[in-house]
Amino acid sequence: MSIEVRGITKRFGQFAALDNVDLDIPDGQLVALLGPSGSGKTTLLRIIAGLEFADCGTVQFDGKDISDRTARERRVGFVFQHYALFRHMTVFENIAFGLRVRPRKFRPSEEQIRAKVEELLRLIQLQNQARRYPSQLSGGQRQRVALARALAVEPSVLLLDEPFGSLDAKVRQELRRWLRQLHDEVHITSVFVTHDQEEALEVADRVAVMNEGRIEQVGSPDDVYNHPASSFVYNFLGNVNLFHGRVDDGTTYIDESASGHLLFVRPHLLEIARQPSGPTYFRATTKHINSAGPLVKVEAVTEWGAPVHVELSQERFHALQLVKDEAVFIIPKDIAVFEKSGNS
Amino acid sequence: MAGSISSTIRSVPASGFVASKATSEPAIVRWLLIATAVLFLGVFLFLPLAVVFFTAFHKGVAGYLRAFQDPDTLAAIRLTLLAAGIAVPLNMVFGVAAAWAIGKFEFVGKSLLITLIDLPFSVSPVVSGLIYVLLFGLQGLLGPWLIAHGIRIIFAVPGIVLATIFVTFPFVARELLPMIQAQGNDEEEAALTLGASGWQTFFKVTLPNIKWALLYGVILCNARAMGEFGAVSVVSGHIRGLTDTMPLHIEILYNDYQFVSAFSVASLLALLALLTLVVKSVGEWQSRRQLADQAAGEAKESQ
Repeated sequence: MSIEVRGITKRFGQFAALDNVDLDIPDGQLVALLGPSGSGKTTLLRIIAGLEFADCGTVQFDGKDISDRTARERRVGFVFQHYALFRHMTVFENIAFGLRVRPRKFRPSEEQIRAKVEELLRLIQLQNQARRYPSQLSGGQRQRVALARALAVEPSVLLLDEPFGSLDAKVRQELRRWLRQLHDEVHITSVFVTHDQEEALEVADRVAVMNEGRIEQVGSPDDVYNHPASSFVYNFLGNVNLFHGRVDDGTTYIDESASGHLLFVRPHLLEIARQPSGPTYFRATTKHINSAGPLVKVEAVTEWGAPVHVELSQERFHALQLVKDEAVFIIPKDIAVFEKSGNS
Repeated sequence: MAGSISSTIRSVPASGFVASKATSEPAIVRWLLIATAVLFLGVFLFLPLAVVFFTAFHKGVAGYLRAFQDPDTLAAIRLTLLAAGIAVPLNMVFGVAAAWAIGKFEFVGKSLLITLIDLPFSVSPVVSGLIYVLLFGLQGLLGPWLIAHGIRIIFAVPGIVLATIFVTFPFVARELLPMIQAQGNDEEEAALTLGASGWQTFFKVTLPNIKWALLYGVILCNARAMGEFGAVSVVSGHIRGLTDTMPLHIEILYNDYQFVSAFSVASLLALLALLTLVVKSVGEWQSRRQLADQAAGEAKESQ
């Protein structure tokens, strides 16, 4: 089922959580709402779910306006950040809940419920934990149960609020790969909220980057990462070095006293050399070198005294024989230029 | 009485707590403190309790049972059961509703509602009784109208029930509120998105989560409803066999020098207090086990 969000505005007192937001979520896609905390992403998700109601604007499922329907009538699967499992029920009963509360006419028989729950337990690989209580499970297991519980009612869309937010790094990575696989099998329209850009880029078909109650950019992970539409998106997706500059006759100059333009360069798009080359370069002094990991991270101070981060490959690092407190040249390979106020 | 016992017990730390050497006192200080506490408890709690049962039984079991053959005593017990039987269910429904509303929703007048719930705690029971006399009594605001229509509230059963309801108003709500606030809305929201109706959500999700607090609140409420003296005394009129509740009857018996009867009836109320403690301990043990399970689960998670 496709989701269309039209002109949604939501205020909490004076604070505008969402400001005239439009968003299209095509049928069968896995879409990430990505943004810093306070950007309105969770509020938007809750409005789609019917757990919160917008001040104005509409939410449509398959072109049908469902803005006035309650969460119960919308048939969405919702997965909460802190699992929200029913603590007094076993894993089995948690998953069966959505089937058991149906009106008698639509309620499946006991055997059908059992079959459905067992199928879902297999899907989340917890067949042996059916009799356990949520408190006896690990965080990753709990989140999988929450997902199975949401899927049990065969929802038209699946909404996940920071689904991996309270898990540790390793489990989080496992679980998001698993979610991606699951989505490839089930093909249910899914929206998940995250503040982790890596997670959004890795898992989603499309990413909607949000900031201060607005959507800054919607596109494929490749789109938003390589062609950011605004300085915010560029800044938010990955590490950047920020310089001030000006543009004269189509040529960009790094100029710390200028205030017209913001120049962004990702750390891996800076090169360190002992000799200057090309038209664009500046001098810097290395201050700190961290060679643990696939990339070597170098912190340096530019000739005008600003810190700059450079990432280079281990091979390049060994070829250079770089040491601390060494004067070097830094050559930007690609600079993104944005006009200072607003989006360019 | 039951209320004060259990609130002293509440501050005892959870079992399994082991003091480390660094924070513990020298042996003599420890023993002194423990002895003081035991002495205090002995003199102010166990001794009076023992005296109640000793006096009740000091003319034998037959003497004890004879106390309950007096029709006035039986009437007092019946009236107390009736007042509690009306007040407790009403306050249970009100308490759950109020705690639910305050714990789960934001609305105008919320703090006013909390203050109102606490009002019976802060007002002297005698004043609570007087409020009803001033409202419904002969010289009261509504008194003449009530007399004209043949409705008796003061010095009759309705007044006793009203006073009991007022005095026991806060118990259930106060007991539930922290619990409901701590649990948040997540599980209810999950139930709604899974298609549960409001009632289903309440009975299948909210109620099981608060059941121990609710049970304890109801027991406390009941203990107070049966034990209330001051407010009921003002509105009762002390008509033997008609408007005497158990606590009032105990006083009458005592003033008549019928010590065995007085303490026999009193022993029933004391038993109620003991029952309250047992239920509370079981409830706390249950919820502690739940917490321990949760902690174990979280420990597993971080492995």
